[in-house]
Amino acid sequence: MSSNIRLISRLDIKGSYLIKGIHLEGLKKVGNPNEFAKKYYKDGIDEILYMDIVASLYGRNNLQEIIKETVKDVYVPITVGGGIKSVDDAREILKCGAEKVAINTAATKNPELIKQISKRFGSQSIVISIEAKKIGENKWEVYTENGREKTGLDVLEWAEKVDKLNAGEILLTSIDQEGTLKGFDYDLIKTVSENVSIPVIASGGMGNIDHATSVIKDSKADAIAIANVLHYGKISISMLRNKLIDENINVRRLY
Amino acid sequence: MSGGYINKISVIDYGIGNISNVLAAIDYCGAEGQVITNYKEIESSDYIVLPGVGAFKYAIEQLRNKHMLEPIKKHIINEKPFLGICLGMQLMLNKSYEFGEIDGLGIIDGEVISIESQKPSNTIFKIPHIGWNKLIENKDLNNIYSNLLDDKYMYFVHSYYANCKDSNNVIASVDYNKIIMPAIIQHKYSYGCQFHPEKSGPEGLSIMKRFLDE
Repeated sequence: MSSNIRLISRLDIKGSYLIKGIHLEGLKKVGNPNEFAKKYYKDGIDEILYMDIVASLYGRNNLQEIIKETVKDVYVPITVGGGIKSVDDAREILKCGAEKVAINTAATKNPELIKQISKRFGSQSIVISIEAKKIGENKWEVYTENGREKTGLDVLEWAEKVDKLNAGEILLTSIDQEGTLKGFDYDLIKTVSENVSIPVIASGGMGNIDHATSVIKDSKADAIAIANVLHYGKISISMLRNKLIDENINVRRLY
Repeated sequence: MSGGYINKISVIDYGIGNISNVLAAIDYCGAEGQVITNYKEIESSDYIVLPGVGAFKYAIEQLRNKHMLEPIKKHIINEKPFLGICLGMQLMLNKSYEFGEIDGLGIIDGEVISIESQKPSNTIFKIPHIGWNKLIENKDLNNIYSNLLDDKYMYFVHSYYANCKDSNNVIASVDYNKIIMPAIIQHKYSYGCQFHPEKSGPEGLSIMKRFLDE
């Protein structure tokens, strides 16, 4: 069978809080990230994604304690991003029990880092996080620092480059759609997913189950990152999973 | 600690990540895990778990630099229980072709090859093989795992796989776009699993518990 679509809960962290914002700004505290991660695990989530959204801005990382706490109760893969600048930073995060590190800013500044981490820990351990802002018809620019900093890089070119540099996956977040609940940037996801050889995680904008179906079927996403609709209880993981099965989408079956 | 496990489970830390979640899973299974970092501790261990996220070459170099290769082989020759997880499983084979040709532990006959090398040129699919996929039992074997594994979803993440020469070493496989890859391999008291049982939810933990019961 082909690969099963992964359902990933995305938890953005600031300090010790799970937060949620719109367009990666205007942050609101939602609660204790560990409690949410535990609940999602019990409900059957496929993966957990923690993003420390201020770590790279202040050059520090609060996530280690959260990861160590989470792995005591959560036995699904955990990806962690935010402020990872070096092979040693990645090693520290993996040592806490994360499966993968997600890197954005440091990779745009030093693409060789992707190769270094891949060589050291395997390509499957490195997720390149791309924050994409639409700047024209089928054209997106790479941003960093949660949509605050421009890089001048073209999203598709950058995605193709990180693929060649041995990244394991791409987490592709639409800054325009993030937090709006109005659906993914379908063109963005499709453009990138069809042009790279590694899995693409669609992120930003999921407001209902139909959005998930579309981004998987039409945009060829390999995984979806879900935030607001889960955090605020608008949909449940089992509801989503069952609907996707009804739509003939391959997902992990829970018995 | 609940009853059943007389001895500690030694998890080898050779600087290649992911020790804490393996320990957490061992603890969850009711066993007592300990981290070992020195080859001398391998010699005094009863049950060894070799985890691993990363590259084959680097892993072998680390084990060699830490003088762990021979003690691990000796442990296995002495028929003491061993579990290799993910890269730890791949290390059990004769050799790998990830970043050049490198010798492995040679516990199980076979070579570690890339999924890419087996991908038909006219097909399109993503590599690494990432995500939850179901186990397919080797029906030719009759063992304690028979009828326990079929259709159980486990979490896989790998670009290379342990291509075993003898199908009798393969307890269960996984099918990724018609490429059939070993998922659980065995030789005497040594087991290897390509997926991460410690990250495969309750089903993964129950398989992990079975391994530790050996």
